[in-house]
Amino acid sequence: MIDPETADAEDAALAAAPWPKRFLFERLQNAGEVFLLTGSALREMPAGIRKMGLVVNQMAAIGLGSMPLTVIVALFTGAVAAVQAAYQMRDYVPMIYLGTVIGKSVVIELGPVLTALVVGGRVSAAIAAELGSMRVTEQIDAMETLGISPIRYLVVPRLVASIVMLPVLTIFADILAIAGGYLVAVLTLDVSGHTFTSGLKLYFKIQDVFSGLLKAFFFGAIIATMGCYYGLRTEGGAEAVGDSTTRAVVASCLLILIVDYLLASFLFRVLFA
Amino acid sequence: MPDSAIEFQGVWKRLGTKVVLRGVDLSVARGECLVVIGRSGSGKSVLLKHVVGLLQPDRGTVRVNGIDVASLDEGELLSIREQMGMLFQGGALFDSMAVGENVGLALREHTPLPERQIEEVVAEKLALVGLSGTEAQRPSSLSGGMKKRAALARALAMNPKIMLYDEPTTGLDPITADVINRLIRRLQDRLGITSIAVTHDMRSAYHIADRIAMLHEGRIHAVGTPDEIQQTRDPILRQFIEGSSEGPLLPT
Repeated sequence: MIDPETADAEDAALAAAPWPKRFLFERLQNAGEVFLLTGSALREMPAGIRKMGLVVNQMAAIGLGSMPLTVIVALFTGAVAAVQAAYQMRDYVPMIYLGTVIGKSVVIELGPVLTALVVGGRVSAAIAAELGSMRVTEQIDAMETLGISPIRYLVVPRLVASIVMLPVLTIFADILAIAGGYLVAVLTLDVSGHTFTSGLKLYFKIQDVFSGLLKAFFFGAIIATMGCYYGLRTEGGAEAVGDSTTRAVVASCLLILIVDYLLASFLFRVLFA
Repeated sequence: MPDSAIEFQGVWKRLGTKVVLRGVDLSVARGECLVVIGRSGSGKSVLLKHVVGLLQPDRGTVRVNGIDVASLDEGELLSIREQMGMLFQGGALFDSMAVGENVGLALREHTPLPERQIEEVVAEKLALVGLSGTEAQRPSSLSGGMKKRAALARALAMNPKIMLYDEPTTGLDPITADVINRLIRRLQDRLGITSIAVTHDMRSAYHIADRIAMLHEGRIHAVGTPDEIQQTRDPILRQFIEGSSEGPLLPT
């Protein structure tokens, strides 16, 4: 509970603090609020999942809506990976390893991370803008007044849909990126189809696929949580909605990269070491 | 059960850097319609949001039927909210739903009524506000007045015992405003609902109020019947109800 008489002095003290202290305080406050939101969403998850219609709508918006973007990004990622890997391997490494390099790098890293970054930009912005608009037009307040939990009704369906659809999109991205690499290798790099696929199978490990999908699961959670968090905390008018949208995208992208490092460290230094 | 349906005791609230409420004491009797008047930004809507638990006081208590709203857990707050309806300033209809879905949402969420019966209640509430046959329309296709009436139908769907109106006539043409005023008064007289309306539309205030309270500088400055308010000699209240730019209240 805030003491209205002393709060002014506390605010003034914080405003006068050096910027690193202020920055740290604000980020810690954000982190605390995100944890509280996530806790509420997990508590409401069983009830929220029962609203299958809402979850399916969100899965269509997040999954199907992101598919064209994912297809293009994945195809070109695989193609670029093939060209650059072939350039680096030339004169040193036999071309049978081209398929190995592309397969591993796509499944472990490029597929999940690039999918998350492009889908995250689109989806977290859309969620933040939608919930932000609902906040500033008092629709969230109206929902609470009707005795309906915005966490259950708005956050849980988006979170569940994002957690489910990111791994699904990643599987498509993996397949398409490898296909893109294959096409470039066969059509432009003088690598036979048999050589490419033999290399692909050479060191294939199912744990690599599992690692990529586990990353996608966490990235899905980050994207929905950031969109919902910045959307729900919007205050003001149209400008504030724009600000929330930008913050949601920036926070999603940064957290995806940070969590990618942490997960990679855990998976490949601890779990599969 | 206490005589007061709603009671504010020493309520303080700070939003951002501004202390909006500075010890509000006010009570609303069962079945009464209290209108809170005050200048824009004086904290009228903030006061209203405390009743429904959208905001919690920094100090003091807000009691609904004798229960301190801030002390309730989520489940208890849900059950107390089911007895209340709130009309928001801009209507706050859900853009993603048709008008009928907006009105029937609380019934679908909180009651085991079959779909056919829900549709009947929705049609009945829309007829009550003069919007029969608009079930399939999207909120974006409605005029400002229709949005407010549809929002009123939504607020009434669960047959609330307490109604809260946030600027019910702001932004409406005088004829539509009169329709809303008559509707609020009719609900009051027919159903005996306890109501708080916040407004700076004095015509509306005189029409719907049993008592009028003025919120000024975070406190209740004056309370009285519409007649008492109209005859007041208090310079601040006088200036406000006459809408004069000359007097102790300075332009913001």
